[in-house]
Amino acid sequence: MTTAARASTPDAAGYFGPWGGRYVPETLVPALEELERAFMRLRDDQAFRGELARLLRHYAGRPTPIYEARRLHEELGGARIWLKREDLAHTGAHKINNALGQALLAVRSGKRRVIAETGAGQHGVATATVCAMFGLECVVYMGEEDVHRQALNVVRMRMLGAEVVPVTSGSQTLKDAINEALRDWVTNVETTFYLFGSATGPHPYPLIVREFQKVIGIEARAQMLEQTGRLPDTVVACVNGGSNAIGIFHPFVDDPVGLVGVEAGGTGPAETAATLEAGSPGILHGAISYLLQDEDGQIAPTHSIAAGLDYPGVGPEHAYLQDTGRATYVSVTDEQALDALQTLARLEGIIPALESAHAMAHAIELAPTLPADASILVNLSGRGDKDMDTVVGALGADG
Amino acid sequence: MSRISRAFSDAAGDGRLVIAPYVALGYPDMPTSVKLARAYLDAGADMLELGVPFSDPIADGPTIQRATQRALAKGATLARCIEAAADIRAATGAPLVLMGYANPFMQWGYEDLARDLQGAGVDGLIVPDLLPDDNEDLAQACAAHDLDVISLLAPTTPSERIRRVAERGSGFLYCVSLTGVTGRREDLQSGLTAFLQRVGESSSLPRAVGFGISTPAHVRALCGQADAAIMASALIDIFDAAPPAAAVSRAAAQVGAMVDAARCR
Repeated sequence: MTTAARASTPDAAGYFGPWGGRYVPETLVPALEELERAFMRLRDDQAFRGELARLLRHYAGRPTPIYEARRLHEELGGARIWLKREDLAHTGAHKINNALGQALLAVRSGKRRVIAETGAGQHGVATATVCAMFGLECVVYMGEEDVHRQALNVVRMRMLGAEVVPVTSGSQTLKDAINEALRDWVTNVETTFYLFGSATGPHPYPLIVREFQKVIGIEARAQMLEQTGRLPDTVVACVNGGSNAIGIFHPFVDDPVGLVGVEAGGTGPAETAATLEAGSPGILHGAISYLLQDEDGQIAPTHSIAAGLDYPGVGPEHAYLQDTGRATYVSVTDEQALDALQTLARLEGIIPALESAHAMAHAIELAPTLPADASILVNLSGRGDKDMDTVVGALGADG
Repeated sequence: MSRISRAFSDAAGDGRLVIAPYVALGYPDMPTSVKLARAYLDAGADMLELGVPFSDPIADGPTIQRATQRALAKGATLARCIEAAADIRAATGAPLVLMGYANPFMQWGYEDLARDLQGAGVDGLIVPDLLPDDNEDLAQACAAHDLDVISLLAPTTPSERIRRVAERGSGFLYCVSLTGVTGRREDLQSGLTAFLQRVGESSSLPRAVGFGISTPAHVRALCGQADAAIMASALIDIFDAAPPAAAVSRAAAQVGAMVDAARCR
């Protein structure tokens, strides 16, 4: 495949190979077409790019550093490990990159009401934050179960002026929050901008989210070259919808660099959220991709200790990267993620989000199997403050 | 002539609207939903829309969400819905249209689905999250088995797109009456007349209006503007509010009232 072909994915109808597309009620088609036109026009607009660059730098705190985890390396041996510190971005996760970009699109499109879905609450907090900064009305849909397990983020969103709507239908997690946000959008489409947080959903969202998140990989690639004189051997990121992963992977796609996505394996095969590992092709929330589902095509309940990885789908570009063999996808369990969180806290003084701890867990497994001159770049996509209740619940307060 | 076309031409000849109530298959259980379908036909319904439950119905409001979740909890599957459609078909010549979200149909396989629906005596398929732009495989399979694939149009659909969407569909056009999800409403959305007029100017297919059609007065208001009225959540609300022993007859009585209101001249 040529570089040009890769750069041009998705095709005009929003497909990455056979994955993606636009599977939505007719009511939303004009809004998605308008969003696509606005994005295509503004992505190359100097004023828009300049404004976004200014906000990323002075508001979100970019570029985020890369940091070499030396004590972790001493403990593990093998490859050296570098962390891309998205946990240091404003609001504590990579979600702010996309939220700023899409909020600017909303402002330029004249939409003053913004809606969003959230699982772990990080995308909800990022959206509430940028809406406060731009003076936009903000409504965040969040599954009732996530409202409880991410209570701190609910408080943050409300403090930022957002209305948080608990969703009590279905499994009461991210999937149901997306259902409810889509119903709101169908109803209020003429006045409302749907600020979608994941690299999934109907075209053009997977493309838009990737384009606003690829700043992670662009920075990290330059930083690795500057600090180590070469590219990393492997890039590791956690994947569910997959926005942080596609953001760090994309700028490395044409390089001789391994790309490994880490899915949430839950407690094992019976209770998992590892869609690429355990799922099959299907249609949900506007895209055709892999899904966790039963034989009848009903969406299956998922489990992950990380609320931000507890979704039965995966972004279409990840399905495509897996199909083409350009990226590989593995899974780690709740327990491995908890171990990795504690290891990183103890050895490096960094408490990662439970989502990011999945990527760390795989890096910890991988590093000792590689030679000493190899290097691994891990996307540390968010910080773990929000997860302390969950961690205490799982480990006990003395854990 | 297909059953769908005949129902529309018969109604047009009599100067009335086609009345097409929706039945949530499997709600409150499969036998009762089949009984409800028969009661609607006895009350004068011209066509039935048979709803297949899905775990994530993004175009539906609370009433149909609740009904379809209950149906799933009681073990409704696509296989049992197709059996139920065949049961209903055995006692009627009225057109039956299956409505459901794309994923269960995709898992069944579009070719197998079209064959099995034809075998069950189903006449058409409505898939609210499968746009004509992305439904080629399903459309080909349905064409090979004499099933109409019904296109949906919304008030937000521009006229140019109405033409393109209408060309890809057959049977009738499902005109979504409002920007929103299914559910009972007090009033029809302003702008509905203009929307239906735009549809009429762009296509000669019959126009069926659904979403929010709740009362006989709503049906009456569609005289001269559309060819059919589809009602769903309002009937389920009546069914739910009635004592269980009277639920089927109360909902059917409302269908009867809508049939009366649909006699435009």
